Amino acid sequence: MSAAEDLGYQEKTHELKWVGKNVTRTDGVDKVTGRAQFGADLIMPGMLFGAVLRSPHAHAKINGIDTSKAEALKGVKAVICRDDFADQPSEMIQVGELSVNIRDVIRNVMAREKAMYDGHAIAAVAATTAAIARKALKLIEVDYEVLPHVIDVEEAMKPDAPLLNEDMFTDGVDPKPDKPSNIAKRLEIKLGDVEAGFADADVVIEREYRTRPVHQGYIEPHACVASYTEDGQGEVWASTPGHFLVRAITARLCGMDVSKVKATASEIGGGFGGKNIVYLEPLAMALSRKCGRPVKMAMHRNEVFRATGPTSGSHMKVKIGAKRDGKITAGWAELMFQAGAFPGSPVFPAAMCAYACYDLENVLVIGWDVIANRPKTTAYRAPGAQISAFAVESAMDELARELGIDPIDLRLMNAAKEGTKAAYGPTFGPVGQVESLEAIKNHPNYKIPLGPNQGRGVASGFWFNIGGETSVTMNVNDDGTIALTLGNPDLSGTRTSISVMAAEELGIEPDRIRPTIGDTTSLGFNFISAGSRTTFAVGKATVEASRVVIDEFRARAAATWDIPVEAVVWEDGHARPASSNAGDFEPLSLEDIAREAKKTGGPIAGHVETNVSGAGPSFATEAVDIEVDPETGHIKVLRFTAAQDAGKAIQPNFVEGQYQGAAVQGIGWALNEEYIYDDKGRLENPGFLDYRMPVASDLPMIDAVIVEVPNPNHPYGVRGIGETSIVPVMAAMANALEDATDVRINELPLSPPRVLKALNEKNGG
Amino acid sequence: MARYHVSATVNGDDVEFLCEPEQTLLDVLRDELHLTGTKEGCASGDCGACSVMIDGRLVCSCLVMGAEVGDREIETIEGMADGEQLHPLQQKFLDYAALQCGYCTPGILIAAKALLERNPDPTETEARFWLAGNLCRCTGYDKIMRAVMDTAAEMRGE
Ligand code: FES
Ligand code: FES
Repeated sequence: MSAAEDLGYQEKTHELKWVGKNVTRTDGVDKVTGRAQFGADLIMPGMLFGAVLRSPHAHAKINGIDTSKAEALKGVKAVICRDDFADQPSEMIQVGELSVNIRDVIRNVMAREKAMYDGHAIAAVAATTAAIARKALKLIEVDYEVLPHVIDVEEAMKPDAPLLNEDMFTDGVDPKPDKPSNIAKRLEIKLGDVEAGFADADVVIEREYRTRPVHQGYIEPHACVASYTEDGQGEVWASTPGHFLVRAITARLCGMDVSKVKATASEIGGGFGGKNIVYLEPLAMALSRKCGRPVKMAMHRNEVFRATGPTSGSHMKVKIGAKRDGKITAGWAELMFQAGAFPGSPVFPAAMCAYACYDLENVLVIGWDVIANRPKTTAYRAPGAQISAFAVESAMDELARELGIDPIDLRLMNAAKEGTKAAYGPTFGPVGQVESLEAIKNHPNYKIPLGPNQGRGVASGFWFNIGGETSVTMNVNDDGTIALTLGNPDLSGTRTSISVMAAEELGIEPDRIRPTIGDTTSLGFNFISAGSRTTFAVGKATVEASRVVIDEFRARAAATWDIPVEAVVWEDGHARPASSNAGDFEPLSLEDIAREAKKTGGPIAGHVETNVSGAGPSFATEAVDIEVDPETGHIKVLRFTAAQDAGKAIQPNFVEGQYQGAAVQGIGWALNEEYIYDDKGRLENPGFLDYRMPVASDLPMIDAVIVEVPNPNHPYGVRGIGETSIVPVMAAMANALEDATDVRINELPLSPPRVLKALNEKNGG
Repeated sequence: MARYHVSATVNGDDVEFLCEPEQTLLDVLRDELHLTGTKEGCASGDCGACSVMIDGRLVCSCLVMGAEVGDREIETIEGMADGEQLHPLQQKFLDYAALQCGYCTPGILIAAKALLERNPDPTETEARFWLAGNLCRCTGYDKIMRAVMDTAAEMRGE
C-alpha cells in the first residue's frame, strides 16, 4: 500500500518538527504592511464604480422601475434592474452548511415582484465615479405599492400574519396545509421516546427563550470587481470564502457557461459565514456586460447591515427531565427561527446540535423555519447551534441548581462520549466533551473566589464540522522549493497551517513552501471555506498530495540507484535506502531529486482531487465570571475561559485566536448586539455606533485552553476548530447572571435596561 | 464639478491630487493615490480601519475631507516599515498572531503606534481604552493587546 492511501490518524513515533509549533504566517508581512489586497483594493484600467438602489420599504409590490433619467446622467455607463436577469426555477443548491433555492437567490440579489425587506436591492448603476453612481440612484423612479409587513417570528407564524409568499405551503407537516403561510418548514430530530423519558423524571425544567437577529459583523464590507469582455468571457475578483461558489452563482444568474467565468478570491476581511452567499458579483458582471468596462462594487456599512447576514432571531421552548441523581431522562425542544425573506434559517443544524453534548436516550426537537420581512439569514459561526445552545444550556443550569449539583458535574454525568448515539444520527467516535469539561473544572480560573455582585456561569457547545470537495496541487520547483496551490480562501491563517503539514510530511522547512490560493481555472472544484473544514479537509488533501510527491521522489531515487522502489524510504527530506541490504547509497535530498527531475522523468507534482470525509466533531466548555452593576444593570466580564477540543492544534496560537475571537463574538451577542426595527419595518441601527460590537476596553484577556483528543480520520488528528467556541457563550453569560444576582433572563441581549428591569422586579420594584 | 487641487506630504513624499468636494481623505488615499492599505469599515468614524496620522495626530481618515489636508503631513500604513525593517509593532503582531483576517490590522497598527509615541509605558487598561475606537471582529483583542504591551516593553528596552 502506498503511503498516500492511509490518511487516518497515526500516533507519531518521532517528535514532530513543525506541527504543533507556531510559525509566522505566510501572508503576515503583506497584512501588517497594507500590501494585502482585499475585495475593494483592486484597481483596473477603465474601471467604473457601481452602486445599488435599495428598498426603503420592508414589504412592497414593485409596479414599475423607470431608469431613463439615471441613464441620461453624464458619466453613467449602465443601469440594471430585474429585467436584466432571467428568472430561475425552484432548485436547491448547497451553500456552505446551508442549502438555498436558486429561485430565491435571484430574488435576493435583485428584487423581482416585490421588495421583501428594507435594504433589498432594486436596481444598480455603474458610473465613472462613485459620486455620480450615487447621484444616479436618486434619479431612478420606483413605483412601490407598500404592503403590510411582519418582522417578528411569533407574529409571522400567526394565521392572520401578512403573507410574504402566496405560494408557500408548509413543508414537513401531514396533511399538507390547504392555506399558504409564512412557515416554510417543520422538521424533527428524534431519538427514543420523550414521553416515557418525562414520565420517568423526578424533576422537569420547562422554559421559553428568545433571541434577536445579530450580524456576523466582519469589518470588511462586501466588495468585488467584475469584467466582461466582448467575446463573452467574464472575470470576477471578490472577497469571498468560496470563489467556486461565486463562479457558479454568477454564471448561473448571468446565463453564462461556468467555463466563461473566472473567479479569483481576494484576501477576505472576515466572513464568519456571512459571505457564504453572493450579493454583488452577478450585479457587477451584468453591469460590466452592459457597458464593456470593469465595474467595482463595494457596500457601505449601512448596506451590510440592511441587506446581508444576519443570523436568525428565535423563539424557543425547552423541557428537560432528570432523575434526582442527575441522570437526564428526556430532552425536548421546539425551535422557531426567522429565516428572513426567504426560507433557509439554520434551524436544522440548531435542532441537530441542541442536545448533542449529552448522551441521552430520549430526545425530540421540533424546528420551524419561518420567513419574515428581514434580510435573508446567512450562516454565522456554528449556524443555529449557538441559538439552541442558549436555550438548552440555560435550562441545564437551572436543572443543576434545582438538583443542587455543580453544573460541570451534571454535564459530566450526562456527557456525550465515544459510543454515544447522537439524536441526529451518528454514533460518536472519540470526542472531547468530557475532556473539555474537565479542563474547565481543573482550571485555576474556576476556583477563584467571587465577590459581591459577581457570578460564574458555565455552558457547553457542539459543532459537527465538515469535509467536502477539495482539490490541491503541489508542484516541485527545480530548486527544491514547493508551490502549493489551494482553492480555499484563507480567513485566519489556514494556508500557513496547511503548509506546516506539508513541511512535516516532506521534511523541509515551512518557508520552502509557498502556498497560493488559486483562481477557479487553476484547480478542480473546492467547496467553500465553511464548516471549519479548511485546515482539516484541505490539510488532509495536502498531506495526501505530499505523499504522492514523496512516492515519486522514492521512485526517482530508486531509478537512479537501480533498486526497487520498496527499498527506498523517505526520511527527513531525503530518499535513503531502506536498509543496508538495499545497497550503500548516499541519501538524495529533495533538492537533489528536484534538480535532476528533468533527467529522471520530468516535472514532479502531486495532485489530489477528492471529497474529504471523516470530519471530527468538536466540543467546547466555557466558564465566564461577570460583575453586575446593580445601579445600571451593566455587566462586566471579569474573566473568560474557553476549552475546546482541537483534535490536534497545528498552530496553537491560531487555534487560541479562534477560541478568543469566537468567545468575544458571543459576548457581544449576549450583552449588546441586536437588530432593532421601527414600526415600518426599517432597520434603526444599521451602523457600528448603534449596533454595538465589543471593543477592546469592554474585555479582559480570554483564556484559551486547547484540548486535544485526536480525530481518528486525519493524519495529524485535526478537527475543525473555528466555530464551536461561540456556541456556549450566551448561555454561560445568562448562567453567570443568575449566579451573580439570582435573576434569570431568558431573552437576549442581556442589555443594561433589561438587566436593570429584572433586578428591580426581583427587589419588588 | 469643480475639483480642488491639493498638495500634501504622504509618508514623506510630496503628493498632489485633485479631489471632489465630497471626497474624504480615505477616498483620496484609496481611489486617487492608490494607497489601499488604509481600509474602509464604516465611513462614519466608528471602526478605526481607516486610521492615519495627520501632523502627528491620530485621525479617522473617513472623517477628514480630502480638500482639508493641504500642506499637511500624512502617515499611512504603507509608511510604517522602514524599508525592509518592520516597525517593532508590525513584527510583534506577526510573532503573537495578533491578526486573523488582517483587515483591521493597518488601522490598529497606526493607532497603537500613536499610543506608544504618546505614552511609551501604558497600562493594559490605558491601551485598551486607546484602542477602543478600533474594531476587530476576529481576534477578541487578546493577542492584539499582548502584542502592543510587549512592543511597548521592548521599545522601552525592558
Ligand atoms: S472607516 Fe473610518 S472609522 Fe470606519
Ligand atoms: S483580524 Fe479580522 S477584523 Fe481584526
